[in-house]
Amino acid sequence: MKTWDAIVIGGGHNGLVNACYLQRAGLDVLVVEKNDWVGGAAVSRSLTPGFLYSNCSYVCSLFRPEIMRDLELPRFGLQVIAYEGGAVFTRDGDYLANYRDHDAHRREFARFSKRDAEAYDRYARDVTRQCRFIQPLLMRTAPDPTSLKPRDVGELMYLAKKFHDLGPSQMAETLRFWTMSISEFLDEYFETDVIKANFSISGIIGTALGPMSPGTAYVLLHHYMGEVDGSVGAWGYARGGMGAITKALSESFQASGGTIRIGAEVDKVLVKDGRTTGIVLANGEEIRGKLVISNADVKRTFLKLVEEKELPDVFLRRVKNFKIRGSSGKVNIALDSLPEFPALPKDAPSIRGDLHFTDSVERMERAYDDWKAGRWSADPFLDMMIPTTLDPTMTPPGKHFMSCFVQYCPPKVEGRDWTDADRDAFAETVISQIADYSPGFRDRIIHMEVRTPRELEAEVGLTEGNIFQGELTFDQLLFNRPVPGYAQYRSPIGGLYICGSSTHPGGGVMGAPGRNAAAEILRDLSKPTRHMSPAHDVI
Amino acid sequence: MTKTAKKTSSPYAGRIAARGHFRTLRLDTPFQPRIDALMKQNDWYSWAGYRAPASLWDEELEYFAIRSQAALFDISPMVKYLIQGSDAEAFLNRVTLRDVSKLRPGRVHYTAWCDDEGHVLDDGTLFRLTDDAFRLCCQERHLPWLLDSAIGYDVSVVEETEEIAGLALQGPTSFAVLRDAGFEGVEHLKIFDLAGFDHQGGTVTISRTGFTGDLGYELFVPANLALSLWDRLMEAGQMRGIRAIGYTALNRARLEAGLIVANADFTTAEHALRANRARMPDEIGLGFMVDLKKGHFNGSRAIEAARKTRKLGHILVGLEIEGNIPAEHAIVYHNKKKEVGLVSAAGWSPLAKRNIAIASLSRPYGDTVNDDLWVEIYALRELKYEKMMKRAKVVERPFVKLPRRMANPPADF
Repeated sequence: MKTWDAIVIGGGHNGLVNACYLQRAGLDVLVVEKNDWVGGAAVSRSLTPGFLYSNCSYVCSLFRPEIMRDLELPRFGLQVIAYEGGAVFTRDGDYLANYRDHDAHRREFARFSKRDAEAYDRYARDVTRQCRFIQPLLMRTAPDPTSLKPRDVGELMYLAKKFHDLGPSQMAETLRFWTMSISEFLDEYFETDVIKANFSISGIIGTALGPMSPGTAYVLLHHYMGEVDGSVGAWGYARGGMGAITKALSESFQASGGTIRIGAEVDKVLVKDGRTTGIVLANGEEIRGKLVISNADVKRTFLKLVEEKELPDVFLRRVKNFKIRGSSGKVNIALDSLPEFPALPKDAPSIRGDLHFTDSVERMERAYDDWKAGRWSADPFLDMMIPTTLDPTMTPPGKHFMSCFVQYCPPKVEGRDWTDADRDAFAETVISQIADYSPGFRDRIIHMEVRTPRELEAEVGLTEGNIFQGELTFDQLLFNRPVPGYAQYRSPIGGLYICGSSTHPGGGVMGAPGRNAAAEILRDLSKPTRHMSPAHDVI
Repeated sequence: MTKTAKKTSSPYAGRIAARGHFRTLRLDTPFQPRIDALMKQNDWYSWAGYRAPASLWDEELEYFAIRSQAALFDISPMVKYLIQGSDAEAFLNRVTLRDVSKLRPGRVHYTAWCDDEGHVLDDGTLFRLTDDAFRLCCQERHLPWLLDSAIGYDVSVVEETEEIAGLALQGPTSFAVLRDAGFEGVEHLKIFDLAGFDHQGGTVTISRTGFTGDLGYELFVPANLALSLWDRLMEAGQMRGIRAIGYTALNRARLEAGLIVANADFTTAEHALRANRARMPDEIGLGFMVDLKKGHFNGSRAIEAARKTRKLGHILVGLEIEGNIPAEHAIVYHNKKKEVGLVSAAGWSPLAKRNIAIASLSRPYGDTVNDDLWVEIYALRELKYEKMMKRAKVVERPFVKLPRRMANPPADF
């Protein structure tokens, strides 16, 4: 029987990034994917003829350019189309738009408040300062603070120096920023509801917390650290949907000699004498591997694929307590024509960006209250976009694809499992909110894919449907992600690694966990990493 | 589910009417029709979101208009705040560095303001219109800072950038132009004086101020009177060589005058992404403004402490550089080896006949160690860098002092 150098469980973007780097280092790598397609949560699937959906993730910004370059993704067809910025509709028939031009941005805010318009510079400065501190850490393995290894000590010193360089007042600001709520943070700059709602969006997306929950200010940062082809902070659509990213990755992987097996669900990771020897598929087939790297989240990996008896108690308990709560759903809609939003001028660029209807922090918090009670939000928060306004390749001419990320959506409905009727009622809540702002919206719908946490977990394998494979709160970041002592992509089982978003630096279609894990694996194998570009300097 | 209400008679009508701004990213100033008519180079730049001329017809000749004739420069994009109330003086004393109680109505002073850490937020000119009304003109925007600082004071702060149009009329014949235009009594304005004059049933505020180090005036009018004011000046100035100019020419004149520009010669605190780039007044040549005797003001404790503990790391100086090659953004060295600073503005001064520069140095260089300073100039000559190490000497600013700037009565050129 063949023994692979490495088997990667799961063909999501991090699994593929990891596999690409290992294959390019000369390893013989197999990726096994349970679905009949690769991509994990970065997929484009056709569920109705002529239409492609970005079924799960829907926008691109965080994916690291170093990875795109190393793995030659542009050569394998990846293109990201940046958009200008979206809008929040207000209940009085107006909207607040975000413009990339600094002065247009200020004038837009000035329509609501001259004070807020002029507060933006200080806000941008402070958030950028936080970004500059945290961003270089994305592409570095988090140091273990309890270790005395020279490398860990060196990295800790690097962290300590960076922190010290901030100066006393900035150090205090940073600690506050990492722990406070996005709502309180915004209160220090802005007075207008819709402006605060506009900024708080980035603090709650993908997180089972409300804008008034501590820790949400940091989540905002996570969404600000991206770029599109060097345009910092920009967001864009992958041409052909988010699947274009994993398509390019899998082509790059195969071009370098890697092997992908689809329709191959993993049942178990084989462990012998504390070391992995391979995997067993659901059909009973055994595949031998010297190393196994799991792209599945930390719970799925250690609570489903590995026998509990192989793991230390404390580790197990911490994995069980890892916060990976489902908080969102997704509605993908095929539209017969471009929806109209009477509030938006016909030539406003916002229609090509992210659109929202939650115009106050209070409303957002109330939406979260429903989630706490085990219900989906009656007045949900939508992060909605129409990528086909910039990418005509996803639909027939004149038709459109609309992606609606919906929050909050609980993993169980009042303690019981989701039913199809619940799912349909959830979709109705979403459609009815859109239709309130877009007359005739219902008549344009050709097809709809509704995904509650139930569908996300069943298909993509995300525990509870959590899009980040674990919440991005400070207690679960850096050397505590996923659990203390195991933040460097290794596990208690020899030869078993994890490379998904459960690991540092976390979720979003970033690729950094997969890359960092590959660097650690190659280090363990004493293999060179010359094919991995150093992380870009932060300028 | 909340329903959207869309009514034409919405209380938000003004806000809704203003939505179309995204179609024009660079605004026109109230003088734009006149400037457009004179613009031959189509050489625009963005000044605080306005379409502003870099040069209109010939940047060299535009400069000479400042020094030999009268130059008209549109300063409408400058950010303006109207500060009024019985506590206006006390409030401004709290916010700004200088002692505002010494600024009499009808006077203007150049000042700056700091955050609580003593880092400069901006510099600008403060016009005392009456006992309790001031206009603050500056480069950056500070409404939240001003409003927060106003808590507890009987004062109102109103941003009036778009409502008020501004013109700088600078150069030796500027006084004659104003007099010929019929602004009676303008001859009584001494340097830093201001007064109101009638214009088309409204008031134009004229101050003997400017950014050129020359004889000159600045005029502020409500936006609706802008064009008629422009025409009045242009007509009166015809025989005095009046010319509209762009920023390139003005920038040369301000360098000769040794004046600094926010976010060009220093980084304002709210734009310092790297916290160590923010500067205290003493570090950018504005230490003379700091009045520690007047009572507490924003940043005073930090400034006082930094002075006591000698924690002022930088200094802004004027440099005279050998030769005639502009040293723009050159690195300053000590002993040709040690990097000690950076040139932020530089050029040949036609008036001083010297190669001059404004530079920020790390102390003690520029402070107590002033010999053996050099600048490294990279001059790109037909796709080849000519590298030059030129000796630099710390000199007093302004580089050029023109008696006509201060002369009373102003000369009739």
